Amino acid sequence: MNRFDYVRAKTVPEAVAAAGQAGTAILAGGTNLLDLMKGNVVQPTRILDITRLPGLSEIEISADGGARIGALVRNSDLARHAKFAGAFPAIAEALLSGASAQLRNAATVAGNLMQRTRCPYFYDPASACNKRSPDAGCDALGGDTRLQAVLGWSEHCIATHPSDFCVPLAAFGAIVEIDGPQGRREVPFDAFHLLPGTTPHRETALEPGELIVGLRLPAEASRFAVHSRYLKIRERTSYAFAVVSAAAGLRLEGTRIVEARLALGGVALKPWRASAAEAALAGREAGQAAFAEAAGLALADARPSGDNGFKIELACRLVIRALQAAAKGTPSRPTALPASLVNLA
Amino acid sequence: MASITPTYVRHGSNIGQPMTRREGVLKVTGAARYAADNHPPGMLHAVMAVSSIARGRVASLDIEAAKRHPGVVEVMTPGNAPALKQHPDEKANPFTFKLDLLQDERVRYVNQPIAVVIAESLEAATEGAILLAPSYETEQACVTLDDGERFVPAAVGVGDEAQAGHGDIEAGLAAAAKRIDVTYETPAQYHNPLEPHAIVAVWDGDRLTLDTPSQGMAMAQMRIAGLFGIAPTDILIRSPFLGGGFGSKGLISGPQVLGIMAAKLVGRPVKLVMRREQMYGPVGHRAPTRQRFRIGAGEDGALTALDHHILTASSRFDDFFEPAGGVSHTLYATPALSTSYEAVRLDTGTPLFMRAPGEASGSVALEGAIDEMAEACGMDPLAFRLKNYAEVEPLSGKPFSSKALRECYAQGAERFGWASRPLEPRSMRDGAGLLTGWGMGTATFPALMFQAEAKAVIRADGSGIVEIGAHDMGQGAWTALAQIAADGLGLDMDALEFRSGSSDLPNGGIAGGSAHTATAGNAVHSATGNVIAQLANLATNDERSPLFGAGNSGVVARNGALWRRDDESRGEPYAAILARAGRTEIEAQGQSGPDAAAQSAYAGHAHGAVFAEVKVDPELGQIRVARLVGAFAAGRIINPRMVESQLLGGMIWGVSFALHEHAIMDRRTGRPMNADLADYHVPVNADIPSVEAILVEEHEAHLNALGIKGVGEIGITGTAGAIANAVWHATGVRVRSMPITLDRLIA
Amino acid sequence: MSNSISLQINGARRELVLDDPRTTLLDLLREHLDLTGAKKGCDRGQCGACTVILDGRRVNSCLTLALSCDGADVLTIEGLAVGDKLHPVQAAFIEHDAFQCGYCTPGQIMSAVGLMLEGHADTDPERIREAMSGNLCRCGAYAGITQAVLDAQARMKRQAAAGEAA
Repeated sequence: MNRFDYVRAKTVPEAVAAAGQAGTAILAGGTNLLDLMKGNVVQPTRILDITRLPGLSEIEISADGGARIGALVRNSDLARHAKFAGAFPAIAEALLSGASAQLRNAATVAGNLMQRTRCPYFYDPASACNKRSPDAGCDALGGDTRLQAVLGWSEHCIATHPSDFCVPLAAFGAIVEIDGPQGRREVPFDAFHLLPGTTPHRETALEPGELIVGLRLPAEASRFAVHSRYLKIRERTSYAFAVVSAAAGLRLEGTRIVEARLALGGVALKPWRASAAEAALAGREAGQAAFAEAAGLALADARPSGDNGFKIELACRLVIRALQAAAKGTPSRPTALPASLVNLA
Repeated sequence: MASITPTYVRHGSNIGQPMTRREGVLKVTGAARYAADNHPPGMLHAVMAVSSIARGRVASLDIEAAKRHPGVVEVMTPGNAPALKQHPDEKANPFTFKLDLLQDERVRYVNQPIAVVIAESLEAATEGAILLAPSYETEQACVTLDDGERFVPAAVGVGDEAQAGHGDIEAGLAAAAKRIDVTYETPAQYHNPLEPHAIVAVWDGDRLTLDTPSQGMAMAQMRIAGLFGIAPTDILIRSPFLGGGFGSKGLISGPQVLGIMAAKLVGRPVKLVMRREQMYGPVGHRAPTRQRFRIGAGEDGALTALDHHILTASSRFDDFFEPAGGVSHTLYATPALSTSYEAVRLDTGTPLFMRAPGEASGSVALEGAIDEMAEACGMDPLAFRLKNYAEVEPLSGKPFSSKALRECYAQGAERFGWASRPLEPRSMRDGAGLLTGWGMGTATFPALMFQAEAKAVIRADGSGIVEIGAHDMGQGAWTALAQIAADGLGLDMDALEFRSGSSDLPNGGIAGGSAHTATAGNAVHSATGNVIAQLANLATNDERSPLFGAGNSGVVARNGALWRRDDESRGEPYAAILARAGRTEIEAQGQSGPDAAAQSAYAGHAHGAVFAEVKVDPELGQIRVARLVGAFAAGRIINPRMVESQLLGGMIWGVSFALHEHAIMDRRTGRPMNADLADYHVPVNADIPSVEAILVEEHEAHLNALGIKGVGEIGITGTAGAIANAVWHATGVRVRSMPITLDRLIA
Repeated sequence: MSNSISLQINGARRELVLDDPRTTLLDLLREHLDLTGAKKGCDRGQCGACTVILDGRRVNSCLTLALSCDGADVLTIEGLAVGDKLHPVQAAFIEHDAFQCGYCTPGQIMSAVGLMLEGHADTDPERIREAMSGNLCRCGAYAGITQAVLDAQARMKRQAAAGEAA
């Protein structure tokens, strides 16, 4: 770890003023930042500790069913917040399926949005990576590609976004609240993370000096509460990143779908909302035919970025499964292994 | 062995009891000191810089940048590394491995140490290593079995033949009613003990004190003594606890020696701890294998031929060839048997013995192939194995010293409920719709013995001391050896002071080959027997003793006293015997080693049977091992609690082998791309919902006085194959390349 | 910014001046305070050997910057037993042979204590396995670990009930 100055912000305006200075990294839970610094992947010269900022640690559920989550709320606190988990069970399930209890206790919700890819070439300072150093090239191309992106990738970057939490946030249309030198603004979740294009080093909509102060979930998102799930395929039973994951929510009238929400994780550099699939599901009978069609639409633009074609078929099947699970109904108590497909009877 | 006179000792009071670990309180309170927990006054921190290329030379290092970093004291490079008395590439025997100790700028694998930064703080040393910013002259590297030229190695493992067998394979295959020809692959794996290799080195003139984890302190002493030109007795190694070894701490590694060199260079105590990501290269790995089986069987399912060909790899500069053929030598009866090897040389660190070296990779492949043969014959996998049960060791024709494998099969199958298994694959589902499969595998591991010494003392107060430089890497040496010692001395455990884990004690041999309890235990048994014999001499030759005239063979040691065998009401406490003789203590040495006569007459192996139930999502391929039952026979069990733990741990390594572990290498650069514990998966708690080990009674009368075989490694064997076979039974898909990942099951 | 911090460690107030802002909570404990119970297995939050309780919840101390802990309450494995009396989780780990090499053990135990402090005690072994999955055990003592946590929970519940009744 390189040497750095450590500063602690006491107020949001103070943090905004400090965050804009070159070489500054924001420290909240630290679970990703310290990992990256230890790996010599990032070398900030200044650490801005925002953990003491007032007013950013609240979870508020409004009367209409919407929610506002302060940026510094810990993942575990949000997941275990009874009212929140009741209104947004797929989000709670996604949170609980991520990382370990220790990491969830430290990691913040805003930090989760800001986490960097797990691409091994990004993590390896000896490899070329356009994210770490613009125009350096991408050594992932033609390398170990088994778990890389199948949607939205470019010749400049084939990495994926590793978050579980962000997948249902995308599906349920969260809004990111940002404060910065130009004042407060809001960004719809789908516009927050950027696809790589020719500028993979630009990862989010945040401008220099801006920081996330909160997340909002609109009231209509809670209307999916009784029919929503997050499912995650991984290569060990727990404490593993998703190979592919899916968040699904349905509003049903009888067996007819009134409205659907669907997003995929592990497939692209951003949590992938499948809007065309959502549209196609509206008005259909909940069942295999509609779900399979939706899965096809969700993955219609997918193409392998290497030795990872299996992820397309896997994602298709997972979408169907997630929609089936959502249709079946949200479990009354969270399953013992959140988001898992191999809960033992 | 001849020196042991069993008349003096009595078994049963401690041996065989499920005692809890004697060091348990230290371990649960954080008081157990592992190497890196030491902090002698004036200590500096050393951090290695390691190569990011697989082959070539270091062209430049920015030593000045590192030195400018506040707190950095020195940078050790080939330019200033202390001279060694022996080149680290010199090989004295097959157990000497070449080490990379900054002798030149050459790079032969990724993560090879290329410099060491020594600093006042760990943070400064760590950053100093990064600031060196090496540049390289890079040559093209070979890192997969398909690279490089094949050759037949002169020997495999440690001195095993690369070609073995009997009978006519081709004739056996020609005569077979059913044949298979299948190829299995196993990946490179890394030991990944949870404790990274660490050393705290303190020089005092030519004397050296080391806190460092070691599975073989005496061998480490010899190696270090040779490198530095000092006497082995001037080197004190303290290794009371290892945070896991699994073979990677069997020999002193390059990074540990670099810590000693760094301390010499700066003239101060130095602590060097490997970073986790550096452990994927310089401290050994399990070599990859590609194993082809050609097997034939008659209409009745009896094998007619078993041909096992292994392709494996060593490093470009040193030799260790994964001896995966050994399991075929011992498990199934066949009129024609052949094992043969080819190898390639890769630009990787040198492979090393990793828990069940050869047996683990050989077993998963052989058990898979045997399962396929059973399938081809339309037979139940257990019935097929019983049909081909080896009554004598297939390769040598020797009788087994003991073999309770039939009982293992029976007890394991009964406990698991194997009898209700349908023959057809993809024929079971659970209530949640998950495909369910049952598979089995046979476990086997040789019963080895190395050489060791021990010392036993009885003190004036009648209490005892037993000393042996043994190694506890979690298998329970602190406890099991003390149980043997207490019984040998006829004392309660609390009247015994048991000293271990330090190189100034008698050489306890190497903790490897599942042989440590047998080796060190028999040395302890010998020493305690000898000291009791001396005590008996004192008493029976002294007319004032109630034991006078009893003769050695007429005395038994129990509860801190000697008793006449012919009249157990007549006895005398040890303290009284010593007091009358005017002795403050009495001591004796003891030895153990392989019994040449027993080894030439018998084949010695532990055996077991493992049964696995897996669940597989039918569309998504997600796998979970729902249940594992193993039944093992391994001679005398000293401490069933710890033996069970060893077996369960081994079985979990089997889960890991079948489903998780593999080194992912970038074929272009040779860099491991999953060199961390987030991406190099080993099982987590949730992967192990149910695992059971049954200890099957087995009387071992030949191999050593205590009748001990080993249990440290056998658990992996059988298990990985059982899981792979269960995955086939669940899905109908034979995955012959480990680990089994979900993408292979969704096609 | 001052490098002075104040920590409550195992019940004792410690005023500390850090030489280096880079020092993690784990390295502070191990290299500066001789509290070497917490172990470094990966230094990247991937193994759990460094688990300590920070303000009532378990965290990976290797990913926690010591400076950011100013004012915090830290409980480590060294602070768990009361004199010679082991914490029920510690006692249960010995009884169920829930460790072999012992290197992951302080982290496992603190994680188990943490899950109870966080209110996630549960009699369903599957939930305990999931809750303990942030702590790798390379020796493979998982069956004993799960049993030990279940057993300790039951013991603590009984003790608490007895305490209330008294």
